[in-house]
Amino acid sequence: MGDPKGFLNIRRQESGYRPVEERVNDYGEVEKLMPDDSRRMQAARCMDCGVPFCHWACPVGNIMPEWQDAIFRGNWKAAYDILQDTNNFPEFTGRVCPAPCEAACVLALNDDAVTIRQNELAVIEKAFSLGLVVAKPPLMRSGKKVAVIGSGPAGLACADLLNKAGHTVVLYESSDGVGGYLRYGIPDFKLSKEIIDRRINILLKEGLIIKTGVTIGRDIPSSDIRNDFNAVCIAIGAREPRDLSIEGRSLAGIHFALEYLTQQNRVVRGDVITEQELIRAYDKHVVVIGGGDTGSDCVGTANRQGARSITQLEIMPKPPEHRTESEPWPLWPRLIKISSSHEEGCEQMWNISAKRFTGDGGMVNTISAIEVEWRTGNDGRQIMTEKPGSDFELEAELVLIAMGFVHPVHSGLVQDLGLDLDSRGNIKIDNNFMTNADGIFSAGDSSRGASLVVHAIQDGRLAADAINRYLIRDSLKQSPQC
Amino acid sequence: MQGKLPQRQGLYDSAFEHDSCGIGFVAHIKGTRSHDIIRRGIEVLERMEHRGAESADNKTGDGAGILMQIPHELYRNELPTLPGPGLYGTGMVFLPRETGEAEYCIRELERVVDEEGLRTIGWRDIEVDSSVLGKISRASEPAMKQIFIAGKNTEDQAALERKLYIVRKVVEKKIRDSSLSRKRLFYIPSLSTKTMVYKGMFMPNQVRRYYRDLSDPLTSSAVALVHSRFSTNTFPSWDLAQPFRLLAHNGEINTIKGNRFWMSARESSFASPDFGSDIGKILPVIEPGKSDSASFDNALEMLYFTGRSLPHALMMLIPESWNEKNPIPEELKYFYEYHSTFMEPWDGPASMVFCDGRFVGGTLDRNGLRPSRYVVTKDDLIVMGSEVGVQTFPAERIAYKGRLMPGKLLFVDMEKGRIIPDEEVKRQIYTQKPYRLWVQLNTVNLEDLEVKGEVPVSMEENRLHEMHLLYGYTREDIKDIITPMVETAQEPTGSMGTDTPLAVFSDKPQRLFNYFKQCFAQVTNPAIDPIREELVMTLTSYIGEQQNLLEETPRHCRMIKFKNPIFTNRDIEKIRSSDSPGFKSITLPMTFPVRNAPGSLKRAMDALCASVEDKINEGCSFIILSDQNTDRENAPIPSLLACAGVHHHLIRAKKRTRVGLIIETAEAREIMHFALLFGYGAGAVNPYGAFATIHGLVNKGELQDIRYLKAEDNYIKALNKGLLKVLSKMGTSTLRSYRGAQIFEAIGLGNELINDYFTETVSRIGGIGIAEIEIETLLQHDTAYNSKPKLKDSQGMYQYRKEGERHAWNPESIYFLQWATRTGDYDKYKEFSRVVSKQNCSPHFIRGLFDFKPQTPIPLEEVENEKKILKRLTTGAMSFGSISREAHETIAAAMNTLSGRSNSGEGGEDPERFVPRPDGTFTRSAIKQVASGRFGVTSNYLANADEIQIKIAQGAKPGEGGQLPGYKIDKNIAKTRHSTPGVTLISPPPHHDIYSIEDLAQLIFDLKNANPKARISVKLVSESGVGTIAVGVAKAHADNILISGFEGGTGASPMSSIRHAGLPWEIGLAETHQTLVMNDLRGRVRLQTDGQLKTGRDIVIAAMLGAEEFGFGTATLIVMGCVMMRKCHQNTCPVGVATQDPELRKRFTGKPEHLINYFQFIAREAREIMAGLGIRNFEDLVGRSDLLSVRAIDHWKAKTVDPSALIHVPDDGEAHATHCVQTQIHKINDILDVTLIQKSSPALSMYGRMPVSIDMPINNTDRATGTMLSYEVSTRFGEDGLPDDSIQCTFKGSAGQSFGAFLAQGITFRLEGDANDYFGKGLSGGRLIAVPPEGSDFIPEENIIIGNTVLYGATSGEAFIRGIAGERFAVRNSGAVAVVEGAGDHCAEYMTGGRIIVLGRVGRNFAAGMSGGIAYVLDNDGTFEYFCNKGMVELSAVREFEDQDFIIELLQKHVKHTSSAVAKDVLMNWHDYLPKFMKVLPLEYKRALDEMRIAQIEAKLARVREEEQLGATY
Repeated sequence: MGDPKGFLNIRRQESGYRPVEERVNDYGEVEKLMPDDSRRMQAARCMDCGVPFCHWACPVGNIMPEWQDAIFRGNWKAAYDILQDTNNFPEFTGRVCPAPCEAACVLALNDDAVTIRQNELAVIEKAFSLGLVVAKPPLMRSGKKVAVIGSGPAGLACADLLNKAGHTVVLYESSDGVGGYLRYGIPDFKLSKEIIDRRINILLKEGLIIKTGVTIGRDIPSSDIRNDFNAVCIAIGAREPRDLSIEGRSLAGIHFALEYLTQQNRVVRGDVITEQELIRAYDKHVVVIGGGDTGSDCVGTANRQGARSITQLEIMPKPPEHRTESEPWPLWPRLIKISSSHEEGCEQMWNISAKRFTGDGGMVNTISAIEVEWRTGNDGRQIMTEKPGSDFELEAELVLIAMGFVHPVHSGLVQDLGLDLDSRGNIKIDNNFMTNADGIFSAGDSSRGASLVVHAIQDGRLAADAINRYLIRDSLKQSPQC
Repeated sequence: MQGKLPQRQGLYDSAFEHDSCGIGFVAHIKGTRSHDIIRRGIEVLERMEHRGAESADNKTGDGAGILMQIPHELYRNELPTLPGPGLYGTGMVFLPRETGEAEYCIRELERVVDEEGLRTIGWRDIEVDSSVLGKISRASEPAMKQIFIAGKNTEDQAALERKLYIVRKVVEKKIRDSSLSRKRLFYIPSLSTKTMVYKGMFMPNQVRRYYRDLSDPLTSSAVALVHSRFSTNTFPSWDLAQPFRLLAHNGEINTIKGNRFWMSARESSFASPDFGSDIGKILPVIEPGKSDSASFDNALEMLYFTGRSLPHALMMLIPESWNEKNPIPEELKYFYEYHSTFMEPWDGPASMVFCDGRFVGGTLDRNGLRPSRYVVTKDDLIVMGSEVGVQTFPAERIAYKGRLMPGKLLFVDMEKGRIIPDEEVKRQIYTQKPYRLWVQLNTVNLEDLEVKGEVPVSMEENRLHEMHLLYGYTREDIKDIITPMVETAQEPTGSMGTDTPLAVFSDKPQRLFNYFKQCFAQVTNPAIDPIREELVMTLTSYIGEQQNLLEETPRHCRMIKFKNPIFTNRDIEKIRSSDSPGFKSITLPMTFPVRNAPGSLKRAMDALCASVEDKINEGCSFIILSDQNTDRENAPIPSLLACAGVHHHLIRAKKRTRVGLIIETAEAREIMHFALLFGYGAGAVNPYGAFATIHGLVNKGELQDIRYLKAEDNYIKALNKGLLKVLSKMGTSTLRSYRGAQIFEAIGLGNELINDYFTETVSRIGGIGIAEIEIETLLQHDTAYNSKPKLKDSQGMYQYRKEGERHAWNPESIYFLQWATRTGDYDKYKEFSRVVSKQNCSPHFIRGLFDFKPQTPIPLEEVENEKKILKRLTTGAMSFGSISREAHETIAAAMNTLSGRSNSGEGGEDPERFVPRPDGTFTRSAIKQVASGRFGVTSNYLANADEIQIKIAQGAKPGEGGQLPGYKIDKNIAKTRHSTPGVTLISPPPHHDIYSIEDLAQLIFDLKNANPKARISVKLVSESGVGTIAVGVAKAHADNILISGFEGGTGASPMSSIRHAGLPWEIGLAETHQTLVMNDLRGRVRLQTDGQLKTGRDIVIAAMLGAEEFGFGTATLIVMGCVMMRKCHQNTCPVGVATQDPELRKRFTGKPEHLINYFQFIAREAREIMAGLGIRNFEDLVGRSDLLSVRAIDHWKAKTVDPSALIHVPDDGEAHATHCVQTQIHKINDILDVTLIQKSSPALSMYGRMPVSIDMPINNTDRATGTMLSYEVSTRFGEDGLPDDSIQCTFKGSAGQSFGAFLAQGITFRLEGDANDYFGKGLSGGRLIAVPPEGSDFIPEENIIIGNTVLYGATSGEAFIRGIAGERFAVRNSGAVAVVEGAGDHCAEYMTGGRIIVLGRVGRNFAAGMSGGIAYVLDNDGTFEYFCNKGMVELSAVREFEDQDFIIELLQKHVKHTSSAVAKDVLMNWHDYLPKFMKVLPLEYKRALDEMRIAQIEAKLARVREEEQLGATY
């Protein structure tokens, strides 16, 4: 550790966002980068804990103390090597990860956490700019073939590692661009798509075979996939959105968040969208239903499209500003978070249940809603009751449903292969990420349910490891049993 | 018991036994024989009874005996046919009681006598009185007969003596190899024409009563050499009583295993003209299965009979230190050097007395830690003993008094009738042969050898990476181990103990090194301070072919000499390319072919051993085992396996001494690795891999401005320092004796592996074999050549890593525990407990291998209440200083609320905490610790304890001292520690008043006197053999014994110590419990354990393994907010627990309530488990290992472990108590202090306080005089004590040990006579005066008057001594003021405060480790500078008036109290003497004084300015 007393002498400083008035007019990334010297100071705050809770809380197990020490010492190469070892795509997580590490940072006990996410981003961006990130194709090919279906973070991570291990990997993607939710779910102002392309180029150079616009089960029979490859990894995400089945749902102007976000990302890319298909917030009263990250992405996008007003409704109570006893350090606390999108203008409402859409000429224009109350039942579960007389109406010319996803799409591949599902409708896997079909694995949201990018990456990594073991039938590395 | 040690059972093993004792002799210098000498000898023995021990029956001693000249008149009286003196040999023969077997032995003996051409004259029955024996002794009593043997022809006495030796050796072997069932009873104490030994399993006062001969007035001798034994032995036996044939030994030989192996290895080259073909008959030299002292006697005897004189042989076996710090003649140094090339020292504390009938004498080892004092009378008597006062003579009869000095000989020639001075004896010996010339001509210095061309160090990057992967170098190895060593030339420091699984439980491939733990000294022998006492330590050694031990030729020293055993690539190349005669080398690959696995490693080892043997036969003197040739096809044989395997193979083949073994390996990198290689026989090691790694770091610029050569040098320095530390932990001084001594134990290695390659290494729970080692090596090989990760593994051995080694304290266990205790939520606690148990079963700790056997449950209400369980809980010893005041007081407050006990740690305690605060919080620590530093240990501190704990060792760094750096010592800490702010405090590795078990008994006695109401507890660290040590401790009357696990936490400790020294508590506790039960001592003591305890389940298992009480250290800290930063040693604890930084302390959030919750949860959980097991009272759990079963494990390595010995129920488990049922008898009810207290009552009265004056006689059995009196003063009047001179006592005679210990303010003791060791220990304000008795006419300033270790840990008070003191005067003094007229070695060592004046010569190593206080030395002959250790101090003339005034004033007092002639002279001629005074001032202390002075000046200046400003305003 470079500076044992750094945490005492240096305050936390975030790199910050571009000014609101500037950034709402474009789709460029909102977050800035910090000069190297300041970044080194921020890294010096890391205490190199005996038990680094950040590392424990990080799904991919980034070893923050080690690479932060390297940052402090100005050794970007070492920092990059260590970071890259646990995380295939720090440039993604460095931008979009909610950073459970920072919640668990020991400094956060009685001080401000180390700026771990931004430090991570600084490392990978520095590595790119120094030309450290170059293609390193495997020296030998194993002769085994693996198909990875779905090119979201899980599929990408899995395919990357298997390719590096020397297997021949074909990555199938049904849409026309690689990246899944990264490309079409996350707005450009949070993750510029050049970042994805930059990585994909390297993967291609390393010999990864990518086939976009191919839907397995439609363009290629599901059975062929199993027969043509030694192993298959299904990483198709959890794309079945949670719907709001209330009166007026069929009115026009009510969209799932992902439809909206995907379209905007296409527009930014330069795709031409027909007028009928175009979902526009310009000059409209926009209501976003759902208080999560996707919801806030909708808010940010609507602002950029020039919405007249934006209201975000959430059925759950307003989260606390500080940790409560029920979510002590180092657990991830459900806290109120003001995202960059919220700063750009939006009204947030909590304890609101949408009751009904009404419209005019098939177009939605009003949403009726009611306030609710929550209490804990005898079994510990939360019980919701409506507050009598609290119903109200909101103008709503564009409604975006961002209530999350329920499970992967079952039709097609999943059904074709006869994969077992768990109680929540996700693909059921064993400890080795294998489904009930021999040699068919699944990773990421499709088996764990919708979650963070970083979880998807970790799943992809673990699945790759399992597939690798499956392929070489390694028997030595058994894990201990209690 | 039937006269033999019990079988190895459970964890008990007789091989662990130690002993130490009281020794002495009485002799008539002119050789006049009389019965009076015998009488006096026995009296000496009886007066040292307190140095011996008694067993559970309180009647059986550990052994005592007497060696004398043959009482010819006595025997002649009974056997008129006896030839004249010297013409026959005789000796007692111990025989089996069973007649048939006894007869067989007698027949065999007679037959051998006959075969050797001698004649049995006859047998004599020895009259004994068995009724005086204790039960245990009687059960093993042998039958006895005395044999008389004469030569057939009239041979000369020397030849007959030699023959008798052969007879004894031959018959011993015969009986040993016979099939007799009681053959162990057969023993010949002595068989000689000159001397006779009477001994047995006695207490000293039984010797005379048992052997009728000894009371017979016809029994006469000019010498009586006696010994009484205090053994930690559970089952002392008759044959191990002393004296042996030539000597009696008080001490312990730490390197005994190595010495025995080497001796056996040498036997093949024995040749002696005196013996000719008979030489084979005396083999094996060392009788198997005997004690270390017995083995030493065997070796000495062999050297003696093969032609060396007694002093010569002793100088070979226990050479004095001869490096440049020692003022001995050059020629003598060459003598030592010559012999050191072929005989390693028998290393360890030793006070020896020896006698061959003509010569009698004594010697001390180089450290001189065992006290040995003597008195010579004007009528030619000499009395030497472990104590002074063992014989009383009128003052005017005494010619002079002296003491044995480190490495010196006391030598009396009774034929010539004089005492031959040490220099003269040695001169005779070192001038026998031209040793200097021989060494100069034959011994070659490694540095003088040439090597041609460049020797590469670096490795190409890919190869380096491959090498790292192959040998499992991790990022931690580089960052946390190698880099700090390279940058600082020191071993890195860590904190908070180790919580990773044992190597055998780990899922990660482990280096073979990790399956071993270092052994360390505790109680029975002292560790050494390798830094402050470096004058006795050395790494210098030799490598080459050894010659016939029994001869002395120039060729013997044809060796290569090197000062450090870590060879650079260049060094090893020198050896490899050397072609001079006698220095031929061969390099053999230490690899095995991968493709032939499994079984490949085993075959490769066999082949390697065979080829080494071949090469020796071809004449190679150096074998280099190298793993340079590893590649894709060949994996490295673990270097330790190869080294130890070859070493033991060669010992078995009797070829070991013919070669030097050099290991060239990339595997070794940390200190432990090297220590192991040397411990298993390596002569030198070349860590080329570590060097290449360092080269790589330098090249990449990852080190701060260090060039390679400097980096390499630093690394080697760090290794050397670390090695010295490892050696010193076991009290070993030289690498030569450490080599092959195997001072390690294995954990997790199977028997077969141990027998084949690590012969005689202790391994308690079995474990893996060579097959598993092969797999581990291949896994690593596969990583290096197949999977080839880009980065080295991060590992997570020191810091938690998700994919790394498992840690017991991990994020989950930490936050669950904190969550549960903060919210008081028992369900959350259960979750914590579940996480912990699951992890323990992984397996992680040994306790995880056990399950409870199902029992019939009882309702919870029937189980005893929580409160009773809470009383059994304590917190770990954590000093105020290592943790913050807030944390320290929080713990105390919590434990006092719960009726548990908190532990002060070693740092004193603010007296303000001894009374409850107005708000009811009580922050007094119930347990007061007494550690080697004795910081703040005053009479008052001790008086305010419920329990006093003697810390012998600490789990995280057993065998080591500690250091609290100056920057951590603020005003408050300095106050409680009685030291100076900013001045570093050093805790020495040993307690300077515990060098042996009898010393511990003494300290226990002292402390019991210092607080008769407190329990005395002794803290030991788990290691093999701790059970037998605990037996000694129980016999020494400890009330409580704590067995600490090695996992325990620490504020700061070297990394290698944290991980590699000591054992888990499970093993130590179980062994201790079993051994105490077998010995029927368990009922006398309470057992406590600690080390990573966390849950109710943990304490229930610990109870079943034998513990009654439980300590929690780390868990306590975690409850208070610790998150295992492991930064305690950096003072940056971010939660305010282990820091003194005021800013960080503000972050402390711990509350007593959190701890209260935690301990209540534990008790609650324990009750639930007890209910499930049907146990009502906790007491009924203790020792119930039968309730545990061993769980089947399917972990590939852990399944080879068998911990069933831990739950073994000893044979006597039914008959003997299995938990504490009685209190110890401390024998403090009728001591001198009881009278003193009575007589002092006027002064002690709370009202009157009338001064009193008392006169009393005193003798050496009156020990700790004044200590209990001081307790009475402290309990009444606290820290301030009484007004000066309130109690004045004058004593006449020889005072026992610890005279005036912890003497409180207001008491003055005047001693007219002399005193033993520990005079003024812990002086707490009192005044001590020692003067020679009235009537004596020897010159006081030339005679010794008080013993060793005077004023140890004194905090205040005065001492005036007219005469010379022994070694370690004023050691660790922190406040007393003293005058003495001369002192031995190590004077003023570790002093931190106070002032002393020495008006005469001092010994070596003055002021070592002295960080505070001032010493003034009168340097009459200008030699003082040589004797001073200037490491931490500066010397100057006395210039300041302040100093002069101080000296004059104190000397005036000295004259007033002692009438000292020297002091008078100095005062009269002050100006002549002034220039001869040297002032010794520690640099740090000087700085602190200056800072204080500057602060005062600044304060004054500020006031002046303020006044000026005020003036200006008006």
